[in-house]
Amino acid sequence: MADNLLSLMTFFPLLGMLLVLFIPRENGALLKSTTLVVTLITFVLSLPLAFDDVFTVSGGMHYREFHEWINIGNYFQMNYNLGVDGISLWLIMLTTFIMPIAVLSTWNAVDKNIKGFMALLLLLETGMLGAFVSLDLFLFYIFWELMLIPMYFLIGIWGGKNRIYAAVKFFIYTAVGSLLMLVAIIFVYYYAVQSGAPMSGFGIQEFYRLGIPHSAQYWLFLAFGFSFAIKVPMFPLHTWLPDAHTEAPTAGSVILAAVLLKMGTYGYIRFAMPLFPQALPDFMPLLATLATIGIIYGALVAMMQDDVKKLVAYSSVSHLGFVMLGVFALNLQGMAGGMIQMINHGISTGALFLIVGFIYERRHTRLISEFGGLAGKMPIFATIFLIITFSSIGLPGTNGFVGEFLALMGAFESELRWYAVVATSGVIFAAVYMLWMFQRVMFGKLTNPANENLKDLSAREIVIMLPLLLFVFWIGVYPNTFFEKMNPAIEQLLNQVQIKQVAVVEPLDPAVMAKIVEFK
Amino acid sequence: MENLVQIAVANVNLQAIMPSLVLCCFGMVLLLVSVFIERGRTAPVAWLSIIGLVVAGIVSVSGWNNPQAGFAGSVVLDNFATFFNITCLIAAGLTILMSDSYLHREGYPVAEYYPLILFTTAGAMWMASGTDLMTIFLGLEVLSVSLYVLAGFFRDQLRSNEAGLKYFFLGAFSTGFMLYGVALLYGISGTTKVAGIAEAIRVMPDAASNPMVIAGALLLSIGFLFKIGAAPFHMWTPDVYQGAPTPITAFMSAGPKAAAFAAFMRVTYISLDSLQVNMSAVFWILAVLTMTIGNFIAISQRDVKRMLAFSSISHAGYALVGMVAWNQIGFSAILFYMLVYTFMNIGAFAVLVLVGKQGEENLTLDGLSGFGYKRPFLGIAMTIFLFSLMGLPPTAGFTGKFFIFAGALEAGYVWLAIIGVLNSAVSLYYYLRVMVYMYFRDPVEDYSWVKMEMATVVSILIAIAGVLYLGIVPGPVMELAKLSVF
Repeated sequence: MADNLLSLMTFFPLLGMLLVLFIPRENGALLKSTTLVVTLITFVLSLPLAFDDVFTVSGGMHYREFHEWINIGNYFQMNYNLGVDGISLWLIMLTTFIMPIAVLSTWNAVDKNIKGFMALLLLLETGMLGAFVSLDLFLFYIFWELMLIPMYFLIGIWGGKNRIYAAVKFFIYTAVGSLLMLVAIIFVYYYAVQSGAPMSGFGIQEFYRLGIPHSAQYWLFLAFGFSFAIKVPMFPLHTWLPDAHTEAPTAGSVILAAVLLKMGTYGYIRFAMPLFPQALPDFMPLLATLATIGIIYGALVAMMQDDVKKLVAYSSVSHLGFVMLGVFALNLQGMAGGMIQMINHGISTGALFLIVGFIYERRHTRLISEFGGLAGKMPIFATIFLIITFSSIGLPGTNGFVGEFLALMGAFESELRWYAVVATSGVIFAAVYMLWMFQRVMFGKLTNPANENLKDLSAREIVIMLPLLLFVFWIGVYPNTFFEKMNPAIEQLLNQVQIKQVAVVEPLDPAVMAKIVEFK
Repeated sequence: MENLVQIAVANVNLQAIMPSLVLCCFGMVLLLVSVFIERGRTAPVAWLSIIGLVVAGIVSVSGWNNPQAGFAGSVVLDNFATFFNITCLIAAGLTILMSDSYLHREGYPVAEYYPLILFTTAGAMWMASGTDLMTIFLGLEVLSVSLYVLAGFFRDQLRSNEAGLKYFFLGAFSTGFMLYGVALLYGISGTTKVAGIAEAIRVMPDAASNPMVIAGALLLSIGFLFKIGAAPFHMWTPDVYQGAPTPITAFMSAGPKAAAFAAFMRVTYISLDSLQVNMSAVFWILAVLTMTIGNFIAISQRDVKRMLAFSSISHAGYALVGMVAWNQIGFSAILFYMLVYTFMNIGAFAVLVLVGKQGEENLTLDGLSGFGYKRPFLGIAMTIFLFSLMGLPPTAGFTGKFFIFAGALEAGYVWLAIIGVLNSAVSLYYYLRVMVYMYFRDPVEDYSWVKMEMATVVSILIAIAGVLYLGIVPGPVMELAKLSVF
């Protein structure tokens, strides 16, 4: 079974989707529980990865699967090439972990066309897992695009008032970026072919060893980086995110925040940086500046929102800025901090979207001004909300602290020192917008009569939140469980990036160069 | 005298034109048969024509890896021709499947419709296997004349008349250009054989600056570019596509276009090989123009049929990118893309055939509001075709575009590939909009008139299977395409 564990885990949701398609559409409860069971089984299937100690000793790829997939004579070879290392491990776990929670959140929230919703959720899960385990660029691209389709429909069909605009914007933004990446992928492939380097299809591990000339790396990094920057999203390209988040149904927002945004940062770590390390110094000032602007700008805009969901959406822009800053520090602390912050953001922002979903289901509004004094009526809700708020701010003892602290420290010790100094103010702003929002919603007198009869969280809702709370504290108190498995992979990655940055790449055959670099 | 006859017979080799011969025989027999069938019954003719297509397909496959030259080397049934023959046969088959119920609904149950499709296909096959400009011209005329009739088939409808007439006048005009080009090339080489012209141009010391060669090559290309619907010779497409009966529009956008590409590729690649640099430069401009014009005008269309017409212009542009690349990958990618386009575009039109009310009403975007909920199967089918037209994995549209752009990049045309993918990005908008109407808006009608006609549904299912198969396992067919190019 270990031979094809990754395939099993990746395609199990797709099998579940086919099963769901055969359930009559009227039977909503059965549809939901089947989906829940499928996502839970997927989670169980992924568990052996989390408990495997091989990741603590080796930073390479494990659980490899390799099959020839497309082989067209001497034209193309694409392989079904899967593997996991310490970098993708926790993102996979986050995905399989958050899916059952997302499904549970739909229990009362989705009543229109349940069958379609569940089928799309499962398709989305296959797309996300596939993107994380692919080691072949072509395969990765297919999963990467596959994620777009279900999300587009989730926002467009089950979203809020402005859903069509948000869905189309989400789709076009992401697709434009990835199309340019496609050109870059093919370009890298031909470079490999024409330089005669050993390769196996679009396998990235072979591509890592290519000595692509600096001038070409520049453009390739730009194409990859642009695509991933849209997905992260980084500052001027972020505008699709607040729309998509605000209009998406709760489950969609949770998945979008927890997993889809991580695709962008993961893309930088797995593809853009190790494939084109020489271009990294060229873009470092720009990327770090944009990340820092994102941190501050996201926080300031979040502060001014009157809609809770929009506030959380903008806070994502800010949080992802920390991740990027940590990753670009190119040292172990920064990278590990960025990685763990990716997980943290998934947990705490996912939880915040769930919380917004809870009150929206009760009151059908998300405006802060409509609430006030809920703490008295909903004590359990208040407690959980407070913990999550602290986690989002980054209070010591919660997960947010570990991630932001390490990311900022890493950045401070690198050449990004002054960016880190500026970015740290983002932590303070985070406290302002989160606590201010919490105060306005939960504390004070209960002035709005509509809030008189609010019920506290139901057992189902508490069950949804408990696992998230567990990880808030686990990562906050003993993050080593996670670090010990990701550090070897991070070290290997850093070696790779740094060696290739300094190494002088021997000049290639001029004929090959002319054909590759010359832009017609 | 006896000697002459023997020489003529020895050079004939009927096997080289057997596939089209089969179709012509079936077509003529069916014209006779339809006389004996009571008026208004067309189903037997439709089924017999499908049998004809299958027989022609089997005969055609016999030429695979077993090239048959005939008629003193003016036609050849080689891998290249076979690949295109199969593409055209699939296009014709899918069209016939969706036609019968449509003709009855629209009130034109006329059996002559089917033989005309067979003749068109036969003409298309001549084009694909022609190695002499005269044979290619002959094929083009057979194809065109039948299509003129089919486009104006609804003789009481103004729109259909307009389509037929417009296509006829502009088609005749472009044929004039083409013949002029043939004449000029004949003037310099003394032959109309594709290979002979190549030889004559090759030995010319200054072919690339010889006005007669340039004018001949360009005028000849115009004839093909017109049939392909490439800008700036695309003006006829929207009106003709919109006015023609929907199955014919579907057929026109796939079969004849593939045939025109086949002849175009054979002529340019063989005859004009010495002019590669110049022709590539021309195609570069045309490809960019075609993609961009098609996509940008499609954005503002509200009639789905017309929108698909403009989108078909842009798809011709993508295929032209393969011509610019002028390498093996580029050419085999065109073969592959034509097959892919046949499945996805005819599939999309087949859905429209079922959605339309009598008189082709209701083919606007508004007419599709909430359609996906009322008819889930057709909605999902349309969604798959649209994603494929956009070029998104895991559909065939993605692999098709991937190979095309890969060809361009292999030849070093980075900017062309970038312009190509940016064009795909533009096209996302108008394809997505169809889905926005189908799924994101509430139904205003109950779509009770949409009947799930068996044959049409079968053609949709075949198209879905094709789109998914070529999208997920493109290897085998692409391998065949690769073996098909010269």
